[in-house]
Parts: sequence; C-alpha cells; structure tokens
Amino acid sequence: MMELNIQATQKENPFLSEVVQASGEKIQACFQCQKCSAGCPVVYAMDIYPNQLVRHIQYGHREEVLTSKTIWICASCYTCSVRCPNDIDIAKIMDVLRSLALRSGAKPGEKDIPVFHSVFLESIKSKGRIHELSLILQFKSKTKDFLKDAGLGWKMFRKGKIKLLPSRFGGGKEIQEIFNGFEKEEAR
Amino acid sequence: MKEISYYPGCSLHGTAREYDDSIRGVSELLDIQLHELDDWTCCGASSAHCTDEELAIELAARNLAIAEKTDRELLVPCVACYSRFKAVEKEVKEHSKKVHFPYQGNVPIRYALDFFCDEPILEEMKKKRTRPLSGLKVACYYGCLTVRPPKVTGVREYENPQHMDRLMKCLGADPIPWSYKTDCCGASLVMTRTDIVKKLNDRLLSRAMEADADCLVTGCPMCQANLDTRQEELEKETGKKYNLPILYFTELMGLALGHKDVRKWFHRHITDPIKLLKTKGLM
Repeated sequence: MMELNIQATQKENPFLSEVVQASGEKIQACFQCQKCSAGCPVVYAMDIYPNQLVRHIQYGHREEVLTSKTIWICASCYTCSVRCPNDIDIAKIMDVLRSLALRSGAKPGEKDIPVFHSVFLESIKSKGRIHELSLILQFKSKTKDFLKDAGLGWKMFRKGKIKLLPSRFGGGKEIQEIFNGFEKEEAR
Repeated sequence: MKEISYYPGCSLHGTAREYDDSIRGVSELLDIQLHELDDWTCCGASSAHCTDEELAIELAARNLAIAEKTDRELLVPCVACYSRFKAVEKEVKEHSKKVHFPYQGNVPIRYALDFFCDEPILEEMKKKRTRPLSGLKVACYYGCLTVRPPKVTGVREYENPQHMDRLMKCLGADPIPWSYKTDCCGASLVMTRTDIVKKLNDRLLSRAMEADADCLVTGCPMCQANLDTRQEELEKETGKKYNLPILYFTELMGLALGHKDVRKWFHRHITDPIKLLKTKGLM
C-alpha cells in the first residue's frame, strides 16, 4: 500500500495524532470524496460538513473542530461510517471529539446537548437506571425551558407512558465504583 | 420451552412499556421463558459513549457480566442498548479489552427483532397464528442501529434490510417497499434539538404515506417515541395529515397470535392504532 503523506506524529501534528490514537481510525486516509456529507441526514444543521471536519483534523485545527456545532449535531446514525470508501468510522471519531471537547473546557458549539448528556450521566450515577421523568425535570431545571413539551408530557402521562417513581435496583455500589474510576481519571 | 435471559433497559420500564409487555406476551405464547437479569443497570446509551469511552464500556460490561453467569443467550429489545453491548463485546473479544467486571465476551447477545426472525420461531408463529394481518400495509422501519454499523450488528443487507419484512409476511401483513427503511429519526436530539427531529420525522412519515403504508413498524423505543408522539404538532406546522400509527413489531405479533392484552398495548400510543386496525377488520 502507498504510504500516506499526512504524518500523524505527536510533534508535527499533535491534534491529528491524538484523535487517531483515541479513535483507532485512519483519518489520514480521507481523500475528500464527500460521501459522508452527502448521506448525512442532519448535515443541514451543521456548521462544518463531516468531510470538512475530517480535513480540519488532518490539518490539526483543534479549536475549529472542538468548538463546532457539528460534533454535537451528529446523531450517531453511522450512515457516514458505512459508506466511507476508506472505511473510516466517522461516527466513532465524533464520539472521540465530543469527549475531547468536554475535557478541553472549550465553549461548546451547541448549548443544550452537552448539558443533556451530563444530566443523563448524573441520572445513571444516582439511580442506576434512567428514570425518564427525573431526567426531563433535571434537564429542564438547567435549561429553564419549562413550558416546552408540557402538553405532550401530560398526554403521555395520561397514557401511562410516564412512570412517577424510579424503579428500585441493588447495584448502587457498583455504579458508584464505575463512576469513581471515571472521576479519578478525569482529575489526572 | 426455550429459556433466555432478558435485559429490558430503561425505556421499556417507562415510555416503551407496551414494547416490554408485548415481548413478554408473545414470548409466553411461543413457549419462551424470559429471565430478567437481576439488578441490571443502564447501559449508558445515548450519553456515555459520547462523553467517555471507558465509562461507556464499564456501564455496559456490568450487565453483560451478570448475563454471563448463566449459559443462556441474552435478549435485548432496545436497539441502543444492543448496539452498546455489541460494541463492548467486540472490544473485549477482538481487542482483548480488560474490564472491571468478570465478563469474557461469551454471552450470545440477541437483538429482539433478530431473535424473533429466527427460522424455527417464524415456523412456530405460522403454526400458532390465529388472526392473519391480511390487508395491513406496513412500512418496516429499521432505523439506524438495528443494522449499522454492520461490523457490530453483523447484518449483511444493511442498506436494504429484509428480516422485518419477512416477519411481517409471516404474520400475514403486507410489507411495502420504500426507500427510508434505515434513515435516522434524530434519536436523542429530540430533547435538545426538537426542530431537527421534527424535520426528519416529517420526511419519514411523508415518504411512508407516499408509499401507501397504513402504519410504520419498528423495534426501537426511541424511533417509536419520536415518530408516535409528534404527529399532531407536525400537522399544525406543515399542514399535512399523517395519522400513521407507529407499532412495535411485537405488538403486531401479539395481534396475529391472538394475545388477550393487545388493546391495552395499543391504548398507550399517542397516535391511535385501534381505529386503523378496526377499519382493517383486525380488531
């Protein structure tokens, strides 16, 4: 196989090297066929198209990538990943970028989506399982948008789709252990 | 009697209760005994894998370790949970990833749709079918993670899957051909970017109607909720009329097998399926 020109060395291109290492994907192989962007169902809401995002990573543009809307708008549907002629799992790269963005402390390109993820994880941490009503109320308390979907919520409640109390489970200690390991790593 | 471990996942204890009830119902009729995992916890989807891979792996592995205590297969009805479990299985088996909980990658993880499409179960269903769903035109909606990525799901026909279509034929329904079988519904963006989800849902519903479907069938709690709950709101915004019930494949199995609780399941839907099924002479 031909050698790839864009080298992912730590010294020359630390951001590319970091993303390649964390994702295990050969980002250097992208030759901009744009198939990922052509098939993406949410591309219209992105500020940087998926193919452009890959190019930015190749160039080492950390700031542009980690503060983009794109990484949060991606719905992880994997259409891009299965259609890439170079077998680059772009959806997996998006996961890596979201996690790098959160750790970098950079201002996220989308306001509510990272908040939702953090409320979701807090909910698992405290209850072991997702209790939808608590999750929604906690999310709303952060976004202050209490009226949105209130009517739909009531309709769903009347249909018996909303459970008032979380279900009981006995795995609390283990869940705490999982999250503590995670928090320790975060502190490093 | 076949025995299988069962991981319902969080949605099936909440918004997707009718999915849980119908899986339990049809399993009973098909002589399949479900053993719900003791003290199962959330698999981490959709937020853990977006924010921390290690956390995502351990949250899923904890449940897989519980399942691995027996020799039974593990039945997983929620496709988001299934996708996470398969991803962790791959990490452990193929990349020798070490996890905290005693999990070796040996539990066969079965997504509910794939499981009920197994040939012996289809045969059994044909035998036990009491009310063929004749004249019901269904658009099989597979969504994303039931088929993608194929290196995780193992589905070969991932651009135009056929297994749910085969299952529907076996129930006597008429699966219509349409091009949006595996298009995304927007999933968890519904909480944060509802506008995107509504745009995608309008497209899916409109295309299903153009293909002359009476209803959509799915095996994903997130797709079902997104498509079922926002039709009225969308109608006001787009001026279109949808009124397309969104059914779980297990509910239609229950209907064809003559399960006594089908009405209870259908009552939980926001877009009412009972009227349609009555018109078709199926209820």
